[in-house]
Amino acid sequence: MTAPAIREHPTETKWVGKSIRRVEDPKFLRGRGGYIANRALPGMLHAALVRSPYAHARIKRIDVEAARALPGVVAVVTGRDAAELCDPLPDFGPDPSKHTWRLLANDKVRYVGEGVAAVVAENRYVAEDACSLIEIDYEELPPIVDPEGALESGSPLVHDALGSNIAYERAFRFGEVAGVFDSADVVVEDRLRWHRSGGQPLEPVGAIASYDPATGMMTIWENSLTFTSYIFMLANTLKIPSNKLDVIPVPAGGSFGSKLWAVKPAAIAGMLSKLIGRPVQYMEDRADALSNNDHDGSDRIYYVQLAATRDGRITGLKLRTIDDYGAYIQFGVGHHGNALAQVTGPYRIEAVEYTVQAVLTNKCQQGAYRGFGSEVNNWMVERMVDLLARELGMDRREIRRKNFIQPDQFPYFIPTGNVYDSGDYEAVLDKALAMADWDHWQREKVRLREEEGRYIGIGLCSCQERSVFSATEFWFWFDEPAAPVTSMPESVTLSVDALGNITATLYSCAFWGNSPETMVAQLVAEEFDVDPYSVNVVYAGTNQGLPATGPGGSRFTVMIAGAIEGASTKIKKKAFEIAAHLLEASADDLEWHDGGIQVKGSPDARKALGEVAIMAHLFKHSLPAEIESGLEASQVFDHPYTTMPSDDRSSLGVFYPFMGHACHVAVVEVDPETGMVDFLKYVAVHDCGTLVNPRSLEGHMVGGIAQGIGTALLEEFVYDENGDFQSGNFLNYLIPTSMDVPEVDCGHHVTPSPYTPYGIKGGGEGGRMMAPAVIPAAIEDALEPFGARIRELPATPERVLAAIEAAQG
Amino acid sequence: MSDQVHVGVRVNARVYQAEVDARMALVDFLRDHLGLTGTNMGCEQGVCGACTVLVDGISVLSCLMLAVQADGAEVMTVEGLALDGGLHPLQEAFWEKQGLQCGFCTPGMLLRGYEILVENPDPTATEVREKIAGNLCRCTGYQFIIESILEAASRMRAEATSG
Repeated sequence: MTAPAIREHPTETKWVGKSIRRVEDPKFLRGRGGYIANRALPGMLHAALVRSPYAHARIKRIDVEAARALPGVVAVVTGRDAAELCDPLPDFGPDPSKHTWRLLANDKVRYVGEGVAAVVAENRYVAEDACSLIEIDYEELPPIVDPEGALESGSPLVHDALGSNIAYERAFRFGEVAGVFDSADVVVEDRLRWHRSGGQPLEPVGAIASYDPATGMMTIWENSLTFTSYIFMLANTLKIPSNKLDVIPVPAGGSFGSKLWAVKPAAIAGMLSKLIGRPVQYMEDRADALSNNDHDGSDRIYYVQLAATRDGRITGLKLRTIDDYGAYIQFGVGHHGNALAQVTGPYRIEAVEYTVQAVLTNKCQQGAYRGFGSEVNNWMVERMVDLLARELGMDRREIRRKNFIQPDQFPYFIPTGNVYDSGDYEAVLDKALAMADWDHWQREKVRLREEEGRYIGIGLCSCQERSVFSATEFWFWFDEPAAPVTSMPESVTLSVDALGNITATLYSCAFWGNSPETMVAQLVAEEFDVDPYSVNVVYAGTNQGLPATGPGGSRFTVMIAGAIEGASTKIKKKAFEIAAHLLEASADDLEWHDGGIQVKGSPDARKALGEVAIMAHLFKHSLPAEIESGLEASQVFDHPYTTMPSDDRSSLGVFYPFMGHACHVAVVEVDPETGMVDFLKYVAVHDCGTLVNPRSLEGHMVGGIAQGIGTALLEEFVYDENGDFQSGNFLNYLIPTSMDVPEVDCGHHVTPSPYTPYGIKGGGEGGRMMAPAVIPAAIEDALEPFGARIRELPATPERVLAAIEAAQG
Repeated sequence: MSDQVHVGVRVNARVYQAEVDARMALVDFLRDHLGLTGTNMGCEQGVCGACTVLVDGISVLSCLMLAVQADGAEVMTVEGLALDGGLHPLQEAFWEKQGLQCGFCTPGMLLRGYEILVENPDPTATEVREKIAGNLCRCTGYQFIIESILEAASRMRAEATSG
């Protein structure tokens, strides 16, 4: 496939672009959101897990008799039982057989919090009582905690079968790297450290499974259904036929990636229900979610070099990144695919060398967290651009302007082969600088330092938000991929009932705090000129489902817009044929107007959608013979712009083409005595193409910035030198409160995508793509008199003080 | 397993009498015994505020309070904000200002907002920001929640004046 056709976007829209109140909200405002914990089936039992207190230990003996004897306990399952009841969990990582991932640990435990045994009881209280009665003897093994230490030969092994702690490593070279670095006037280099954090939505992951022994049918309700075409892998784990599994999505109380393909809780509930023959609910609680969510974010060390000419033109980027994946590696190194989609940021950089080493340690595994590793790349690039500006004595704004890809250069192919569809980076920068009043704060910085001895800093970042991934990023890592899949669609069914009311059926767990129903309602309203609040949005289970991928990688709105466009076109075609018959006109002479079909220029000769619909449903024999009853259409919308990687991987092809962009400006005050950081001003200007609901997008911007502040200043899953987990509650793992985040001034610049419906680009990962980049820049600027460099996130007070101390020598 | 105790409590203007485990948390009593599942559990560690309800008009973390401690008390949950099937001005304002995304912190946030506005019908944005600091929200960054509570304050003052 080559580039898709350039689209003509409508110049006027009635609903797309309006900040209507969300159609989802009335149920959540009433406390009737229907979350998984609020659901119950007759006879439902409750499960709880015993978790490992050790980072690395062999399980010598488990005694479950006392637990089993407790009144109210129905079943106890150990890791050994689970390995017989179920096959290993679905695993997209490299060589899964060498780091087998199971529902429960059955030989040794590999991190604090790994599940060891499950109890099923009449209620959760009894289940947890029984957990405390299970006796386990462990033989402690030396823990592997430091990722660089894990690389050393002679390190203890997380997985003996792997033979080392490196799950994957590869160096990619794009462009003339050696030549560019040899001829560079300047090369700056640094070691950067991004510590692990995670999505931690207020609602953990949970599932209810109900197995019917009579039919062999397994029904699972869960708050994490994505990648429906791959759900057969869950059936394989549960050892049931794939057509006997129905997974039904339930609204999620937040995800931020942590509910992307979170199948382990569903598999645990399914295993237990199949064993017992009664419905079983398994809800992770906060302690479970913090220690064992399977979706920690990135945990990276970078050794990075940036090459440039003396006048500040950036020519090359060379890096080695060691990524601490924890004990398992379910998604492989897809996080680095996300990074490679926008590895050069908004800049014209001609050569890139990217070496990734995916290391296994005794920690909870990585999964997805808003940005999926590309937000880390943004931070790395912006840290290095600021370092280069400092080295060259250049203004941080000017070095960016000098290197920006220019508006007339789009579509622009970066060295990795991915395309940036469109953009206007300088316009975004200009708007942000104006909104922030950059010059005013530069003066204030000097004045407050001189007059009051205060340390004010101004940070700036210009970052990308790639959107809408294609499936090639799962396998271009391998020269001979086992499964070079190419499909990542989203689907919708639009049904117009006999009275003309429209229902949209979605096929993934689309709601996890984003606004999928509002997006669908506005897009359907735009197509049919109906009231968006009249559109009914429902979710189908996988068993009768069409292919869907769900939210993730800022893909959902673009993809569902394409699906709705296709389904609407089919319905309208049929409606026009029926109306043409009823109005005794040619379909070519008809137009869609004000929620109905009329003869062009003759509003008197018209049929409302309801009039057409009732004919379609009930009066087959009043219509031309070829028209079938009903008025419904489905559309499976495939990724609109994917190209294949080259065989030698000198190009990875197009895999993340719709490129959002943003500029953030943060003004902070740093107390050099305490290391505390306060915000004085925060401006965020985003370009996500055409906006469907600007207020909803701003919610993602501001909420993402709050998460980015957590990443930049507060949040860290801390493991001590023994691998003991130190962040097991919200008093130790600090997600930002209302007092930790500033008021954000939001701005928009709109560069429509030429390739998507209406020109929409994804924007769901919002401010978390940028806030971790701009905050250390602001801190560093505040600490300029000390010459401190911020290399490590989160920049906790201790780390800020250490940076000052290091700079002071 | 555990001693049974009697709990008599008025929740959202209805009286309930029940025998429950002495160790049962108020949140579990509301959710599992009374079927009032609008109150969510976010951490069960007394930190996140998602399970906030009003007991005799005062906001409490219902994961840290035992059901038996509510014996004789008047409890208000999100289901009690608007008993006529409509929406309370706070709920209307949260809808208008998109003061929610996933909705999981929302019931607790609404009840904390209710308490704030009972104490002071005309708070400043800074006061609201300070007073919701015990209720975590992972989605919104709080900005639209603060706008929502201020909007509700304005609506409720207007209602009080016209009423």
